[in-house]
Amino acid sequence: MARSRTRPGLRTLISLGVILLALAGILAGGAIAGKASWAPKLALDLEGGTQMILSPKVSGGSQINQDQLNQAVEIIRQRVDGSGVSEAEISTQSGRNVIVSLPGTPSAQTRQLIQASADMNFRPVLTAGDPAAVPQAQQLTDDKLPKPTAAPTNASDDNWVTADVYKQFEALDCTQPQPEKTDRSDPAKPLVTCQPASGAQPAIKYILGPVEVVGTDIAGSTFQLQQGQQGAVTNEWAVNIQFNSDGTDKFKAVTQRLNGYYVANQNSPKAQFAIVLDDKVLSAPRTLAVITDGRPQITGNFTQQSAQTLSDQLRYGALPISFDIQSEEQISATLGTQQLEMGLLAGGIGLLLVVVYSLFQYRALGFVTIFSLVVAGVLTYLAIAILGWTENYRLSLAGVAGLIVAIGQTADSFIVYFERIRDELREGRGLVSAVENGWKRAKRTVLASKAVNLLAAVVLYFVAVGNVRGFAFTLGLTAIADLIVVFLFTHPTLQTLARTKFFGEGHRFSGLDPERLGAVPLYRGAGRLREASEAAKSTLKPKNAAAMGEAGRRMTIAERRAADSQKPTEMTSTSGRSSRASENTGEEN
Amino acid sequence: MSNFFARFGNELYTGKRSYPFVERKKIWLGIAAVLTVVSVLIPLFAGGFNLGIEFRGGSEFTISGTSSTDVHAGEQAVNSVAPGTQPRVNNIAPGSMRVQTERLTDSQTLEVKDKLAAAYGVGADHVTSTFVGPTWGADVSQQALIGFVVFVVLAAVLMALYFRTWKMSLSALTGMFVTLIVTGGVYAASGFEVTPSAIIGFLTILSYSLYDTVVVFDKIRENTKDITASSRRTFAEEVNLAVNQTLVRSINTMMVAVLPVAAILFIGAGLLGAGTLRDLSLALFVGILIGTAATLFIAAPMYAGLREREPELIKQADRVHARRSSANAGV
Repeated sequence: MARSRTRPGLRTLISLGVILLALAGILAGGAIAGKASWAPKLALDLEGGTQMILSPKVSGGSQINQDQLNQAVEIIRQRVDGSGVSEAEISTQSGRNVIVSLPGTPSAQTRQLIQASADMNFRPVLTAGDPAAVPQAQQLTDDKLPKPTAAPTNASDDNWVTADVYKQFEALDCTQPQPEKTDRSDPAKPLVTCQPASGAQPAIKYILGPVEVVGTDIAGSTFQLQQGQQGAVTNEWAVNIQFNSDGTDKFKAVTQRLNGYYVANQNSPKAQFAIVLDDKVLSAPRTLAVITDGRPQITGNFTQQSAQTLSDQLRYGALPISFDIQSEEQISATLGTQQLEMGLLAGGIGLLLVVVYSLFQYRALGFVTIFSLVVAGVLTYLAIAILGWTENYRLSLAGVAGLIVAIGQTADSFIVYFERIRDELREGRGLVSAVENGWKRAKRTVLASKAVNLLAAVVLYFVAVGNVRGFAFTLGLTAIADLIVVFLFTHPTLQTLARTKFFGEGHRFSGLDPERLGAVPLYRGAGRLREASEAAKSTLKPKNAAAMGEAGRRMTIAERRAADSQKPTEMTSTSGRSSRASENTGEEN
Repeated sequence: MSNFFARFGNELYTGKRSYPFVERKKIWLGIAAVLTVVSVLIPLFAGGFNLGIEFRGGSEFTISGTSSTDVHAGEQAVNSVAPGTQPRVNNIAPGSMRVQTERLTDSQTLEVKDKLAAAYGVGADHVTSTFVGPTWGADVSQQALIGFVVFVVLAAVLMALYFRTWKMSLSALTGMFVTLIVTGGVYAASGFEVTPSAIIGFLTILSYSLYDTVVVFDKIRENTKDITASSRRTFAEEVNLAVNQTLVRSINTMMVAVLPVAAILFIGAGLLGAGTLRDLSLALFVGILIGTAATLFIAAPMYAGLREREPELIKQADRVHARRSSANAGV
């Protein structure tokens, strides 16, 4: 039976080889296609760069939900992209924080930009114009510039447009991407700004009056297909806003005024009411009616996509999310490299110590440990490199620590296994069957204990804050790699080795020398052939309680031998106890 | 030496050599109780833990590759930008200085960074700056606590399912808690800095502690599987034998687990100074040593103690003793 079971050993080894080759092949394919890299991707703490952990804050101190967090990420992404930083990574963590990773050291301005709160409000339009800057020659001369004659009486009053404001308007070039600003405009003053080009619509530049309704007055926003006069759904997308009671009153007053301009002249820019986010105009609809119920609907040339975008923007405009920097770390690339080198050095030395210890404890068997560790290492490396390619997984310093710690945990399962084999040898079993029986017992233990490791890694991964998440990830990854290696490499290798002369005959340096392990050969002299099958039965079919009970009443050979060797001394002891009882009395001499 | 270990293992396996883990359980559990109480009291009376900057909030700069270890230079650099602050400057590793200050503004941070680079004669790329808000640590602790509770509950269920007895779960968790508390006590007593990395290290210790216990308990389960049908050894004796039989494994496991950690701790961190690597490895180093001991001296004896009072096992123990005295009479 044992003989036939060793054949699958080789087959298993081959299947492992196939897995490894397949993984390497995937990675090689990616590398040749120029998409993957043979080296794992490094996190910012190793590569150098800045990592900020931001916690979003909604005004009013209410808790943030996942939806709002996603919007927060979207806001930051737009700002970072707008500021021209490339390769920024923005992600959420634990449903509470936003992590921004930037290469290099961001300027103070970029940092402020990321932190700044979203600021939405509504301003009436005073003037609208072509996006390009007015050529120098065509700009109004000083004497023709507007000269306000009186203090403005309402937000749409032309007296807001001073000479300075008008010059600013002429000089503004909305055909170029506008730099992100961190300082927000004064809500009580007019604003010269752009509506950036989007889709087919070109950019527009505006002079806007002071803020009349603020974003926090928005109670909600939805988008839907517009309904026609008869209530039939048309193909036009529309965005609905719902103001709160405060907003409803203010909006009613504004629309009364603006609708007046519309009635007087349908094309008057002053009939437009601009929705402004972070000082940029999102949309400036004309006021076709007086809205008294605080439920305006915006229509016109929306696609489903653009309607949804505007609706989302309005909704988070209602929630001015600002960001607290929880922690910010700037790691220089030199330092990152140094830390990686030190980490690898420490890992190498740790590995070496484990190797030396294994060889010392397990002799030639130690080489099985070493090769198993190598296979586990290759497997982990390939996994990390492939994950770096497909999932953008980046190895952090904490991840490296996880890998190093895993060396010990991986070697652990081999120790459990080897000790079980030794136990079986001590029972007097031959090596081939000792490997089989030891494996049966060790397998369960290894599975149970790895389950604990994996559980810890998974829990750590999902709750960990900060970059220590990488630690949990590599810990979990290596636990899986370890299981694969124990099952597909270590065990089949031992099955194969057990049939070699060196190990099978228990060479002194094999680490499995039965004599050294105190084993007693099954054949113990003339006529005293012990039935190995009986003991074997009890371990192979542990559920057979009757057999177990029988085996329990008998002593194993090793025990009997130990008992035999103790008998002479036992007899002289004053207590006169049985030799069997002495097994547990704790002789420590 | 190796020969000694093999013989040592053999003797432990056959029971020729045996350490009274279960027999002296009152002593071990008593020691554990005392250590636990002391570990709880130390932080209460010695002024708590030495919390890292993540819990206090503030700014931290690390200057690497400097030949100067002048503390004054660092203090001056900070004070020239932010007068009145009291920076803590120390030499944390060969060629590495660390400067901790209270919270600086963004522009101050950048300025201090430049000043420090100049003061220690290194390029700006050798200065790393960290800024931590005051709520960060609380956040980390809260998450760690959630993780802790989730892990303990899941692990308890997992073990109860695997071992099919809550008594093993309870014993293993007790060992784990003692490991955790005593490791915390060591931290408080020695003044090691408690950082988020150290906290994650603590959580990893939980896993190691349980892992170690599971392996030993697996052997105990195997040895005591058909205990009621046997009159060879009492339950407590059988548990003790199992612990002794796995002792070599426990020592070897501890060694290979602790060796890489020690390598990070003494080699990597010694040259680099404080940081993720050191904090993690320090917590793990202490925790692995205590965790291994907790399995041997707390979890296993406690499990024996919990079960040996079961009526069936008392009957079984009586049978063992009866058989032994009759065997004695026979001899």
